[in-house]
This record gives sequence, C-alpha cells and structure tokens, in this order.
Amino acid sequence: MEDRSTIGSWRNKLGFWKWAIASVFFRLILTYFSKNLNLSSRPEVSTPLTSLRRLAEGYWLKQLSMSPYSGSMYHGSPLLLSILGPLTVKKIGGLSGELLCSLVSLVADFISAILIRATGASLVRAYLHNWKSLGLDKLFKGNEVVPSGDVAALVYLWNPFTIVSCIGFNTSAIENMFVVMSLYGASAGLVPLAAFGWVVSLHLSLYPIVLVIPVVFLLGYGLDAPPRKLFVQSNLQGEEKRSACHAELKSMNDKFSKTNFSWWRVVIFFLWASVWTSYVVIMCAISMKEYGGLGEMFKRTYGFILAIEDLSPNIGVLWYFFAEVFDFFRNFFLIVFHVNILFMILPLAIRLNHRPCFLAFLYLAVSSMLKSYPSVGDSALYMSLLVLFVNELAEMQFTFFLFCGYVGISLLSPVMHNLWIWRGTGNANFYFATAIGYACFQIILVVESVSAMLNHDRKIRKLCNKV
Amino acid sequence: MSRLKSCLLIFLALFSATESINVEVLNEEFTEALLLRPLPDRKVLAHFHFRSSAPPSERCGRHHHIFPKSIYQLVHKFQVREMELSFTQGRWNYERWGGFDPISSSNAKPPGVELWAEFDVPQDQVDYSWKNLTHALSGLFCASINFLEHSSSYSAPQWSFGSASGKLRYGTLPREAVCTENLTPWLKLLPCRDKAGLSLLMDRPSIYRGYYHSQRLHLKSDEFGASEMSTGMVLEQTLTVVLRPDTFSGQALQPSWSLSSLIGRSVSRKCSLSSSSNVYVQFEQNLVFEGDKLKEDGEASENAIPVGDGLEDNPLFELSLPPKRVIKELGNSQKAGSILHEFSVEDSNEFKPFDLELNWKLPVAWSCPQAPLQASRFLLGSGNERGAIAISMKSTKSNNVERTSSFDENECWLRVGIFQIVPWYVKVYYHTLKLFLDGEPQSSMENIEKIIVSPSEDKVSTGVMEMILRLPCSVNTAALTLEFDKGFLHIDEYPPDANQGFDIPSAVIHFADFVANMSFYDDSLKQVPILSKLQEEVPVVSYTEVLLVPLTTPDFSMPYNVITITCTVFALYFGSLLNALRRRVGEEERFLSGKGARKAGPLTLMISKLSAKLRGKPWESPKQSESGRSSSKYKLLAKVVLVAGVAAAWQFYFQ
Repeated sequence: MEDRSTIGSWRNKLGFWKWAIASVFFRLILTYFSKNLNLSSRPEVSTPLTSLRRLAEGYWLKQLSMSPYSGSMYHGSPLLLSILGPLTVKKIGGLSGELLCSLVSLVADFISAILIRATGASLVRAYLHNWKSLGLDKLFKGNEVVPSGDVAALVYLWNPFTIVSCIGFNTSAIENMFVVMSLYGASAGLVPLAAFGWVVSLHLSLYPIVLVIPVVFLLGYGLDAPPRKLFVQSNLQGEEKRSACHAELKSMNDKFSKTNFSWWRVVIFFLWASVWTSYVVIMCAISMKEYGGLGEMFKRTYGFILAIEDLSPNIGVLWYFFAEVFDFFRNFFLIVFHVNILFMILPLAIRLNHRPCFLAFLYLAVSSMLKSYPSVGDSALYMSLLVLFVNELAEMQFTFFLFCGYVGISLLSPVMHNLWIWRGTGNANFYFATAIGYACFQIILVVESVSAMLNHDRKIRKLCNKV
Repeated sequence: MSRLKSCLLIFLALFSATESINVEVLNEEFTEALLLRPLPDRKVLAHFHFRSSAPPSERCGRHHHIFPKSIYQLVHKFQVREMELSFTQGRWNYERWGGFDPISSSNAKPPGVELWAEFDVPQDQVDYSWKNLTHALSGLFCASINFLEHSSSYSAPQWSFGSASGKLRYGTLPREAVCTENLTPWLKLLPCRDKAGLSLLMDRPSIYRGYYHSQRLHLKSDEFGASEMSTGMVLEQTLTVVLRPDTFSGQALQPSWSLSSLIGRSVSRKCSLSSSSNVYVQFEQNLVFEGDKLKEDGEASENAIPVGDGLEDNPLFELSLPPKRVIKELGNSQKAGSILHEFSVEDSNEFKPFDLELNWKLPVAWSCPQAPLQASRFLLGSGNERGAIAISMKSTKSNNVERTSSFDENECWLRVGIFQIVPWYVKVYYHTLKLFLDGEPQSSMENIEKIIVSPSEDKVSTGVMEMILRLPCSVNTAALTLEFDKGFLHIDEYPPDANQGFDIPSAVIHFADFVANMSFYDDSLKQVPILSKLQEEVPVVSYTEVLLVPLTTPDFSMPYNVITITCTVFALYFGSLLNALRRRVGEEERFLSGKGARKAGPLTLMISKLSAKLRGKPWESPKQSESGRSSSKYKLLAKVVLVAGVAAAWQFYFQ
C-alpha cells in the first residue's frame, strides 16, 4: 500500500525504539543523580496529591496502626499506599526506596508511551481510511502522513515535563498510565481495559471522570473521523463511482463511519465499569476498615481535591486565589471554579463528538489547567496527546508562540519561586504571575487546537463538496 | 494599725468558723516562704512560695476566709482536679542555674504562658471544660489565655506529660508578653496581697529587670474524689526570679548582696494570716563541698585557728543574721548535701525590718547539679519551604547517671522522654525521624522504647509526638531530627506581624528514671510546705528553646487584584473557547465581507498584512462572497422565532 510505505519511511527515519530505549537510559542516569536534583520537593513536580514523600508518611502512620489519612499529609488512594508504600521503606541491594519508586514510574512512563503509540497507530490508520472513503486520497499524493503515534510516544518519553515528573518521586506517571490505558482500551475496542483504566484513574485522581464521554463516543462511534454527515454524502455520491476494488475498504468504512451508535458496547463498558468500581471500592473498604471506612477515604481524597484545603504554591492559579479570597466568598468561588470544568464538557462534546480522542485531549487539557493541584505531569500527558493529531492540526496557529511561551514559563517559574521562597527578594505575586501566564498559554493552546480542528473539518467538507 | 486590722480579721474568721466545725477551720491555712540561693554565675535565685489550702467543702461549707474565692469557684465550676498556669519571661539557664534540683524541675518553665489542667469530668466534656477554663483564666489574669481555646492550639498528651488519665489538656502561648498586669491579679489571690509579709519584696521594677522570672500557680484539689481522705484544695503560688546583685566586689569574688540591695525592699511587716513566713538561704552541694575543702585546707595549714561548728565560721561567706536553724540535706557517699539556713521574719516590724545580707569572703567557683543530658533544639535548613527540627542532647557527664543506675555497665540505659508539640502549619514528616548517637545515624526503631504520634490536622489540631528514647549511659551526644514542610496559610490566619515568624512551643525533655528531690535528716520538716515541696519526688524535667519559624507570606494587599485577575483568566478561557466552538464559517465570511464593504482603513490593512506575514501565508485582499447569505438569513429568523417561542413557553409555564 502506498500510505503504508509513506508511514514506513517516516518510521524508519524516526527510529522509535532507538529513541525510546535512549530515553529510558537517560531516565536511569537522572534517577541515579536524583538526590542532587532534589526534584521531589519542587512545587511544579509534586503536588500534595501525588507526592511520594507524603505517601511514605501515610505508610509510616499506617505501620503504626494509625489511619494513613490522619495528619492531613496523605491524600491519595489507599490501594496505591499498599502497593507503593512498602517500596518507600524497602532497600534492595543498595537501592533506596525512592529509587525503586522512580523505577516504578519509569516503567509506567514506558507503558504509557507504548499505549500512546498503539493508539496513535490506529488513529493514523483511521485517518487514512477516512480520507480514502471520502474519496480524497488522490489529493495528498505528495505530502506524507506523519506516524503520529510514534511521534507522540517519543514526545511523551522525551518531554522534559515527563522526565522531571518521572524522577521527581510522585505518582503522576502512574495516574497518566491509567488514563492512557483507558483511551487505548477504548480506541482498540478492548472494553474491559477501557473500563479498568477509567475506573482506576478516576479512583486515583477525581478529574478523569469526565473522560467517560470520550470513551463512550470511542466505543459507540469508533475512532476519530470527519463529521459523519460527510460520509453519508460521499457514500451517496460514491455509490456509482466506486468500483469493486474498494469493497474491502468500504467494510472498514462502515465500521468507522457508521452513523448509528453501537449501544451494545457502551452498555458492556458500563457493566465492566461497575464491576471494576465495585472491585476498587471493596478493596478500599477492606484496606480502610480499621481507619474510618470509605467515608473517611472520600473525605480525605475527593474532599481534599474539591475543597482546595492545601494552599501551598503550585503551577495552577487556585492556590493563591484561595489564599487571598475573603472567607465568605470561598464556597461560592469553589463552586464556580469547579463548575467551569463541567461547563465546557457539553459544548465540546456536541461540537466534537466525531473526534472522541481529540475530545479526550481537550478534557485532559482543560482539567489540568483548572484542577486544584496541577503539576507538569498532567501537562506532559495532554501535550503528547496533542501530538497524536499532528496530521489534523498541521495548520494550527501560534504554535511557535506557544512553544516559546511554554519554554519561557518553565524557565521563569522556578526562578520566581526561588526568589520568593528561598531568597525572600521577590514576593508571591511574581510567582503567581508566572502561574497566570501558564494558564493563559494553556488556554490559548486549547482554543487554538479546537479551532484548528474545526477548520480541518471545514476543509474536509469543502474538499468533499468539490469532489 | 494594720496589725490590729489583721488581728481583727483573724478574730472574725475564727468567730465565723466556730459556727461550723472548729477543728476543720484550722486546716485552712496560708504559709509563705522565700528561698534564696546564690548561683554560680554571680546571680541570685529568689523563689517565693505561697501556699493556701482549704479543707473539702463537703465537710466545711463553701465559705473561706483565706482561700481565694475566685479559685474556689473555678475549681467547682470546671471540676478541675489539677491545674498549673505559669507566666514566664526569659529562659532558664540549665547549664549555670542547675537542672537537677526540685526548683529547676518544677519552676523552670517555657517562655510565655504554659497551662495544663486535668479535669474530673467525663471524657467527652473535657474539651468543653478546657475552653471555659481558658476563658475564665484569661479574664482572671489579664492574659490572652483564651487563644488556647481553639483545638489547634492545645493538645491532649497521652502519657508523657502529667498523668495518663486522658483528661489532661496542655497548651502554651510562647509569645505572650508577661508583665505587671499579670502579676497584680496573681498577688490578689494572696490573703495579704503585697501589703504585708514576704510579698512586700515584690518590687515590680526589680522583678522585671531580672534575667528570668516565672510566676506560677499550681492548683490541686480532690474535691470530687469519693474518698473520705480528701484533703481539699491546695493552691500553690510561686514566683521564681533570677536577679543579679548590683554590688560590685572585685573580679573574682562573688557579689555580696542584701535583700534590700537585691530587690530594693525589705520585709517590714509580717503577714498575720500566714502561719509561717520564713526565709531560707540555700547553699548548694558543690558550694558546700568547696567550703568544706577550704576549711580542711585551712585546718591543715593553720592549726592555730580553732574551728567552731557554727556556720558563721564558714570560710567562704558570712550571713548578717544568725539563722533560726540550719537544715542539712542528706548527701551521697562523696559529698555532703546542700545546706539551708532558715530565718524567720516573724519579729520584723517597721522599725526593724528584716534585711538579710550575704557577704562573700573568698572567691569561689562551683557548678550546679546537672541533668544527665542537656537538651537544646534548633532549626535546620534555609528558605521558607521546608526545614527540619533538631533536638540535640549533650551528656553533662554528671555523676547522677552512675548514682541512680548503679547496675552493670552493659545494662546501663538512660531513658529520655520527649514531648513535642508542633502547630499544624509546620507539617512534620514523622517518617523522617532520625536518631544520631555520637554522630552516627541509628537504625530507626532500635533506641526508641515507646512512641506515640498524633499528627496535626490542618486547621484542626496540633501535632503531638511523645516518645521515650533508650540511650546507652556512655553516650556523649544524641540528636533527633524531624523534617517538615512549612505550611501556607490563608491571609486571615496570619497574625498582624506575619513576617516575625511563628513559634514552635518548647519541647519537654524528661528523665523518667531520675527524681529531683532533697531529703533531710529531720522528718518533722515535712510540716513546712516549702520544705515538703522540696522533698517531693518530681521527675527531672527540662524545657528546650522556643523555635521561631518564619513562614512565607502572600501579598496582603492583593486580594482584589488576585480575584479580578484570576476571574479574568477564567473568563478568557470560557469566552474564547465558547467562541471558537460556536463560530460558523458562513457567518465568518459574512463578517469578512461586511468588513470589506466597509472599506478597510489603511491601519487594518497593514495589520492584516503583517499578521499574514507572521503566519507565513500569502496575503489575500478581503474578498466579497455572497454564498450562503440568504440561507443564513432564514436560519437567523428561525433562531429568533425559536428563542421567542421558548421564552413564551417559559413565561406561560411559570405563571
């Protein structure tokens, strides 16, 4: 096949495995020096929710038969505590507990990269098929299709944000892995895996709950495709033109471009999700039996996320807002800011329901921008998901500006933090200004990617109309 | 005149008491005493001790003539079993002023206010009683003790502090400034106030000029116990002051002093209500030992001089008045015990005030008895993000260790209790607890005999760490470190002077195997309250320094700016994303054509050219397009009709 060969040439140029292995070695080297880098205490890297140091504290308290949540230190999942907790204190062959934990996040990062690659590969396949089925494949003779999966996986592995959060002793790599797992499961049609990833990521950090919409669309409609109306049109037009050689393609087409929603898979997804949810809840109940039960767990994890109790600085904007806002407005603004994430779900879902993977990227980007305790790990995830749509978003605007902005913020923010916290020469506003700048860049990224994607759809529509 | 008055008072009291049971009334008594002790660093310790006791009210009614009514009401209202309140300024110098005697163990207190109370109420009402008690005491002593009301400022020690009943609450205010406004209400509790008796010596300027002063109120009652043996209420008020005599007496010689030069006053009237008012001058064991040595040397060299057994012949010092009696403490095998000289102020009057004078004759240097380990606490790290608390304990190499633990060298263990309270905004990682013995890090739990940690909860409770360390007796230094993160507070939670920093209250180090008490030859001395107090077995306790932790502050002037800027960012997000989502191509084109029709000015033309250049696309002149114009008109009309219809339906439905 022609398109296969174009992708193959790209792939050969890229040398995915070489770079992937190199990134693993790079991480190993950095892990070895992690004591000197001291990344675990950076506010950009580890938040109160993901910090492994707090997890170690929770595990220590649990060892003393106290509730791991006593003392407002640990706010993560009790299951993660029982899995990672022993690692934090164990010493195997000179490896300290922290090294073991960063090995775990290294593995998690690698798995996520592989899953992103697989998702990307199926996305590219779907992309090419869609173009074919719309009869537009003649149009792009010269320009090659980028194997976005490989690129995205490499971007994930080599993103400084990912690297920093991988060796920064926190759990965000694991959370990201489950999010990616859910997306991969949904895009590959593995319903139990999708449900598992979704349930676990929801359990680890509340925000992936919004991913249920893209996952349902993925299972119901299939992978990202141009608007379904076009397929109907092109099918009508193409009936007479198409010859028999396209028969097998058409069957593929039908799989992806079916305008009817496959309820059956969605129902199965929800069945699996309820199975996994009950499993997770039962496991949590067992591990929390002596320490106040599930109510305590929900209060200390989800309650902590929603009430923004910890006002220590991070790269988001909410910490400073709630440190400064008048007490009697606090509840009002809590509701407003959380609802802001929810407000955009419906419009995005209506407008982009034919592109569920892109929708998932948008939801992740929005929630990592507006969440209570954001970290660069969240940004790393949505950035690599953005690269999955490198073919569609080729005409995105302000990319250079955004790139410069991200680089600038990630250089300025530690400087401002240092000035404020360590030197005492700057004040909180300096750091908050970088946080505001970061939020603005993220907003621009989201808005521009949405409009680029819509423009892409428009372009396809125009081309279809011409053909 | 005053004498007459007090006699009249006694008479009245006796008269009123005869109505009830005569014998019991005699139980209600008040005593006062002052203990003076020269300290090795040319200072003098003055320790006032007042004790009022009242018989149980079950048997003797609720009327008292000596015991302060306010305290009685406090006890009965809040069912206090035991309570101690201390106001302190300055820090007790354990190295120079001693750390192993009863006075330092029970009267050296952390700076500021320390309050602990044990209640005789059911477990669930303890906190409620505590809150009310803090308010009552705050009013009674003109201090901000009511800040201890909130659960994030007090704690409930389980076993390392006081009794292990679980009904004890402990709180400190390290930054409370102590001044005469706190002393006056305290003096009001004395039957003679500061009008007569030893309290006449409490000259405010000289007390507050001192290096250390701690006024303490200790209350004990077994009113609520069911037993018949209850002794009623005992109120003990002590004031411990460390002063430096102004008199200059050469380089090497200790400064000589008299009461009037030290304090600026002398006792001219006796408090008639007190059943005993004595002044004691204590010479410590090591000082006595030095004196004895000198005396022996003198005997050896000059046999001619006869040595009497009177203490006027002490080669080191002489006292201006002859003591009423001399009390010797039981010593150990090597050294004799300390010596107390007792003087009575009974026969002092305005013409012949009691004024004791101590004159040193020879230069002498001695050291005070030390606790086995000397503890100090400090902060590690820099910056406002995180840090570590370190408690370092240095062995004083005092012979007390060998004295009490006389068993095998291999078996010799020193048990050290540590009680540490940490406010919630200092977020301690207890799993980072590290112990170093002689600089060597120890494996975690080997030297910890017992540990209880109740971590702090944000804005709810303080963190408490109680532990007992088991150290080998041969240890030179032991250090304990705990890492912490500094919290970030809401702007309302910062005190007015936020940049000064926040205090971590003193840690309490206690040596469980050691008791600080004096034992005398004469058992009858137990009758005298201050002496019986000295004979009481109190555990050796020392307090560490208060730590000052600077916390990061937000910009206090920014709330409006932060709110508006953040809301703007959110609006930007919401508006621009919604705009991107709802924009239609047809409308866009119409918009462009409208702009083209309006004849684009040179500025807009330039901007569009520039932006096109920046984007790297060929610039296109605005084109007009007519497509889809009519269809969009119909769409618009349909939309307007739809909205109007919905509005009408809404109106209709809700009326």
